[in-house]
Amino acid sequence: MNPRILVLGYGNPGRQDDGLGPAVATAIAIQEWPNVTAYDNYQLNIEDALDVADHDVVWFVDAARTGPAPYFVSCLSPALGIEFTSHLVRPEVILAIARQYCGRSPTAFLLGIRGYEFDFLEELTAGAMENMEAAFAMISERIRGAQTAGET
Amino acid sequence: MMSDLQISAGPRKIVIDPVTRVEGHGKVTIRLNEAGEVEQARFHIVEFRGFERFIQGRMFWEVPVIVQRLCGICPVSHHLGAGKAMDVVAGVDKLTPTAEKMRRLMHYGQVLQSNALNFFHLASPDLLLGFEAPVAQRNIIGVIEAFPEVGKWAIFIRKFGQQVIAATGGRRIHPRLCVPGGVNQNLAVEHRDALRKDIDRIIQWCCDALVLYKSFVSSHEELHQTFASFPSSYMSIVGTDGAMDLYDGALRAIDERGTPIFEGAEPVQYCDYLVEEVRSWSYMKFPHIRSLGRENGWYRVGPLAQLNCCAFIGTPLAEAARKDFMAQGHGGPVHATLAYHWARVICMIHCAEVVKELLFDDDLQGNDLVVSGERRPEGISIVEAPRGTLLHHYTVDDNGQVTGANLIVSTTNNNEAMNRSVTKVAMDDLSGHEITEGLLNHIEVAIRAYDPCLSCATHALGQMPLVVTLEDADGSVIATRVKE
Repeated sequence: MNPRILVLGYGNPGRQDDGLGPAVATAIAIQEWPNVTAYDNYQLNIEDALDVADHDVVWFVDAARTGPAPYFVSCLSPALGIEFTSHLVRPEVILAIARQYCGRSPTAFLLGIRGYEFDFLEELTAGAMENMEAAFAMISERIRGAQTAGET
Repeated sequence: MMSDLQISAGPRKIVIDPVTRVEGHGKVTIRLNEAGEVEQARFHIVEFRGFERFIQGRMFWEVPVIVQRLCGICPVSHHLGAGKAMDVVAGVDKLTPTAEKMRRLMHYGQVLQSNALNFFHLASPDLLLGFEAPVAQRNIIGVIEAFPEVGKWAIFIRKFGQQVIAATGGRRIHPRLCVPGGVNQNLAVEHRDALRKDIDRIIQWCCDALVLYKSFVSSHEELHQTFASFPSSYMSIVGTDGAMDLYDGALRAIDERGTPIFEGAEPVQYCDYLVEEVRSWSYMKFPHIRSLGRENGWYRVGPLAQLNCCAFIGTPLAEAARKDFMAQGHGGPVHATLAYHWARVICMIHCAEVVKELLFDDDLQGNDLVVSGERRPEGISIVEAPRGTLLHHYTVDDNGQVTGANLIVSTTNNNEAMNRSVTKVAMDDLSGHEITEGLLNHIEVAIRAYDPCLSCATHALGQMPLVVTLEDADGSVIATRVKE
């Protein structure tokens, strides 16, 4: 059985390369692949845990101010934490809520795509666009591979 | 005058530029004097100025959608704030009943879910598990483990609010309801019926949360009264009859004794009553009440102000809770900073009650959605967002393009108050030259009461959430601690 896959891109498209996460989620969504859900938001919120718990594999996609280009992928595990503002929620906390409250802990990855400029403009920089295309190719291949194999 | 705390301009001018600014979402700077005592503390939020640039040059009817990018937590507040301002630009002073009530339903659903997020996710770990509980335990998961029911309330009140937004705005994320002069849809009967099924349970959970909060107050009375607290002025909008009204009304400001400073101030008059000051060391503006001046004119907004400023609440459960709450002030305003959370829960109850009233109002199924008028060059609006008073001001040229925008967001209104709360914590808790885990915790607890917005901030990987720096009288850094 094909795994149910969620791609959750987050960031602010009005802040140049901070829109990398939403750009990837949008690009995935228009493929309309079966068993693949993709959506974007400005930031993570606790109720995302309910969507996360409904899937077998979850990709959190975010822009990265630092780190390697064009992107990096890391495995995520549930982790605890509290911030000083509700504007900050880490993906590990979403996973922890999904596990604790919904009893589900899907396989989860963080896809960090390197961005370069974060000013008040509504477009990706050329470098970020290249990185986004590379990231999209990679995640597309991973998703299709998972569907073909019926596993991740 | 309002407090014995003195937030001076500081012994040295600090210039923030892109090279020196901290790569984090927030920064607290504690400055000592020559005697090694806390002189002042400042809470900086980076990347705050400039968001008006999002808007300039856009067509005025686009703005209610575009401004949702200003806030990841309450995009709906900006959507409605811009929608109201663009009503004025469109020459519309009164919406149809269906349009007005659709907007109110969306707004109260939004405030409900946003306040629930703050209370359950940010506040309840501190309150229910204790300020000094280990960080590994003091979080929403720790709360769910210790109080399983609370976790259920947190997620499902939040989810219910999102369902209200989806039912009114067409979708849960990036909703679209407002158009200049009205709304683009009414409430579908199937959505109404689905929401009706859950609303009584939501109201009950909000009331249960209040009981839980009061149990904290009764067992921590002194802490609750004194933590990061000081007397202050307050400001919010209220209805024409003085009732709490989070969607529309006139500005009312009261001093620390509850005496009105001004009231009945319409949005278009805001410049007559408020001044926005820019300071070189901060990205945020410092609004103050014009008649009281720069030093004394600061004030607080948000749930605490919404409770302190209104004469009554027009829904029964919330009104009973308000009377109980106001008794803490012994005839005057309630000044406890932690009481923000108490007030927040009362606002949740009120919002849930209002949502229920609206769900049984047939006007929401009306088809008269938009009215039109004669175009105007300027529009100003005010709403009470979850974190407090939110003002939108636009100028528009003959082609319909926005030529100017000025926004005063809730966190900007609370700017000085947050500095004072952090200063109070530093004065009470700093010992020696070490930024201890306890001090960091208490600073965060104080900031969480206000739940500052990171408007239009980026959320990219690689930024530290919070950095605390201790400086000597010369401005040299003594210690830095980063919240990992």
